[in-house]
Amino acid sequence: MLCLLFFLVTAIHAELCQPDAENAFKVRLSIRTALGDKAYAWDTNEEYLFKAMVAFSMRKVPNRETTEISHVLLCNVTQRVSFWFVVTDPSKNYTLPAVEIQSAIRMNRNRINNAFFLNDQTLEFLKIPSTLAPPTDPSVPIWIIIFSVIFCIVIVAVMLLILSGIRQRRRKSKGPSEVDDTEDKCENMITIENGIPCDPLTTKGGHINDAFMTEDERLTPL
Amino acid sequence: MKPAPKVSQGAFLIPYLIALVLEGIPIFYIELAIGQRLRRGSIGVWTAISPYLGGAPQGAAALSAGSAGKPVERQMLAQLREGPHGHEHDAPPSVQGPHVGWRGTSSRRPWGRQGAGVGCWVSGALWPGSGGGAECRLSAGLGCLTVSFLVSLYYNTVLTWVLWYLLNSFQYPLPWSSCPLDLNRTGFEAECQASSTVSYFWYRQTLNITADISDNGSIQWRLLACLAASWAVVYLCVIRGIESTGKAIYFTALFPYLVLTIFLIRGLTLPGAVKGLIYLFTPDVQVLQNPRVWLDAATQIFFSLSLALGGHIAFASYNPPRNNCEKDTVTIALVNSMTSLYASIAVFSVLGFKAANDHGRCLDRNALHLINEFDFPDQSISRGDYAAVLAHLNATQPERVARLPLEACRLEDFLDKSASGTGLAFIVFTEAILHMPGAPGWAVLFFSMLFTLGLSSMFGNMESIITPLLDMGVTHRFFPKEALTGLVCLLCFLLAICFTLQSGNYWLEVFDSYAAPLNLIIFAFLEVVGVTYVYGMHRFGDDIAGMTGRRPGLFWRVTWKVVSPLLLLSIFVAYVAVLAWTPLSYRAWDTQYARFPSRQEKSYPGWVQATCVLLCFLPSLWVPAVALGQLLAKRRWKQDTWQDRCPKLQDRGAS
Repeated sequence: MLCLLFFLVTAIHAELCQPDAENAFKVRLSIRTALGDKAYAWDTNEEYLFKAMVAFSMRKVPNRETTEISHVLLCNVTQRVSFWFVVTDPSKNYTLPAVEIQSAIRMNRNRINNAFFLNDQTLEFLKIPSTLAPPTDPSVPIWIIIFSVIFCIVIVAVMLLILSGIRQRRRKSKGPSEVDDTEDKCENMITIENGIPCDPLTTKGGHINDAFMTEDERLTPL
Repeated sequence: MKPAPKVSQGAFLIPYLIALVLEGIPIFYIELAIGQRLRRGSIGVWTAISPYLGGAPQGAAALSAGSAGKPVERQMLAQLREGPHGHEHDAPPSVQGPHVGWRGTSSRRPWGRQGAGVGCWVSGALWPGSGGGAECRLSAGLGCLTVSFLVSLYYNTVLTWVLWYLLNSFQYPLPWSSCPLDLNRTGFEAECQASSTVSYFWYRQTLNITADISDNGSIQWRLLACLAASWAVVYLCVIRGIESTGKAIYFTALFPYLVLTIFLIRGLTLPGAVKGLIYLFTPDVQVLQNPRVWLDAATQIFFSLSLALGGHIAFASYNPPRNNCEKDTVTIALVNSMTSLYASIAVFSVLGFKAANDHGRCLDRNALHLINEFDFPDQSISRGDYAAVLAHLNATQPERVARLPLEACRLEDFLDKSASGTGLAFIVFTEAILHMPGAPGWAVLFFSMLFTLGLSSMFGNMESIITPLLDMGVTHRFFPKEALTGLVCLLCFLLAICFTLQSGNYWLEVFDSYAAPLNLIIFAFLEVVGVTYVYGMHRFGDDIAGMTGRRPGLFWRVTWKVVSPLLLLSIFVAYVAVLAWTPLSYRAWDTQYARFPSRQEKSYPGWVQATCVLLCFLPSLWVPAVALGQLLAKRRWKQDTWQDRCPKLQDRGAS
């Protein structure tokens, strides 16, 4: 009698969880792609963990706080690793609507992924689209920062060059007039005859003509 | 112009080398020899050869962005633009840089004097001895100015794009590595999903391109800011004329070589690079039967060696009179080609790596489909096993295999793939960089190299605009040079704003394809014919004997007299024929197109076609226009003086 009941229960279970059954979802894992050498083998313990995670997700849904691990049914596990799962209600007569399961899984996708060291691409729930994380944008785009730096440097350099050009031009226009003044002064002061400047009598000093000896020195001392 | 059919680079080398030997080197030799012999700037040179040729080639001087035009950068960017497939369209004078043979800049402003313009030619023909006069300079300046002005407008826009990419390279991950999310964050943006992340970044986030050239859209403020910055940088370098340019050129000329070497070393060590290089350099002889390939090679040589620009004449005039210019010619041309080859190897090794990478990922995607369908263990089909497994499955369960969306993954297809137009460097190469370890660093290096290359070309361009203005004396003596340069840069900036519109890229392609090539060919033809037939081969031979010690050999004489002029004439005719008979069209990025992401082939509206034709011939139109004006003026002058001098005669004649 008990055996019969057992068979009946498994038969019902078998009917509930089938590929393409109503409210059933296919899951595909790519453990080797994600972890490479550190890949673990998929066995019944991992399946138990999966059931636990799904049950956990369902318990977060209002009105489904009583979901147990035994309510989650897995079937058709392949070598790929892929399988189908359904979540039944406490009476195990019918499966919970797909919409509820979908929203529950989406809410807790991150935690399910982390439990298996996988991500959205390697732990796929076919037919449940994942919410992608937007790329982190800094508040000020980086290109603007660099652009402002370069632009400021260029503007400063241009200003410097323009200013130096103006200063150079001013110096050039002032330069020749200054040179003229000194030359005039020189000409006023020094008269040149035969290439030798003749100092006017007003200059102090004078030149000593060594060819002439003074009176005192003509006679040698005794 | 319609894009040329795809050819493997190896096959393109053959027409390129033939064009180099038969067309490039002879014309180059003529320019160097004539400049060295007559030792004048271009106006003087051509007037001395024959007053008839007073200014013809000089008009083209301005064409050259930097008649110092360095081939390699032009070559490289041209190759990047057209993909591993040689010529998708004629190489524009888009990338130039300092010439290998540049013998130093001096305050003599080589380009300025060469403003000879095309107007001189006609005026010289009608009034012998009038070449070089004030009217000549005017027409010269006008011819030069127009072309340089047009080129600098659109050329700096390419620099703007490069600057934009450079600014965006300073982050990890690079912004073109991932698609933005769609509205409900369950997937990626549809346009990005359908094309690719790099294409999306280029067409949408950079250009924000519209689907049609007549649909202008709005100004993109990001590009506007970058345009202002790049014009500011150009102004900074050109502010004092040759004084500041000469200093800047040391950096802008040497830096690209450094970066190229780094890329070469990195590129050759990447997996798949060698295979790519081998494939790309093996010639496919079938391709040579297409005349379009030969046409493209011939025009590429022009831009590569910056022929017919007057720059070489000016530089050669600084040479000592007894310099062996024959050796110079051959050396420079060979070094130029070697550098181009060097650049191609660097570029194509990276592209080969990209192709190998894409091929591998294609195989991986197919393998994943098989694994998912037949529930094989994860990672059980490696790239090597794929073919065998597929064959086995096809034999055992063909219906299930047929239902799968498997792609055909052939390495040759990936190697052949190339975009066309100015976006090539921004799409294909940026994607290749994404897969290199340390991507942001490589992106920064690559785009700063492109920026310095473009900048060095812009120097020449700006010189070609400013020096004729200074020579013509349009401004007062006390008007500072910095102010004139600033005004020119400001004007160019304001006009170039139209390229920052959403349809700017389409307009840029118009300018790129039609503003320069035809004029360049006309001027080169006049050069060769002028020297060989008008000046006289015998006289020219004597000059060369005086300079190098021996007369030009048979090869030179044959190419100068027969081969080069014929080649140039045929190129000119072919160009005009292509222009006239093929409906001018462009490739638009249209998200509504049925076969998106392929670009849709659309023909230009009538008014755009008229603009294309105008651009082609406008600079050359200065010749007849100014000549006509001078003809009328001179005739009136002659009539007046004749009447003044011989009133009696006139009376007698009248009666």
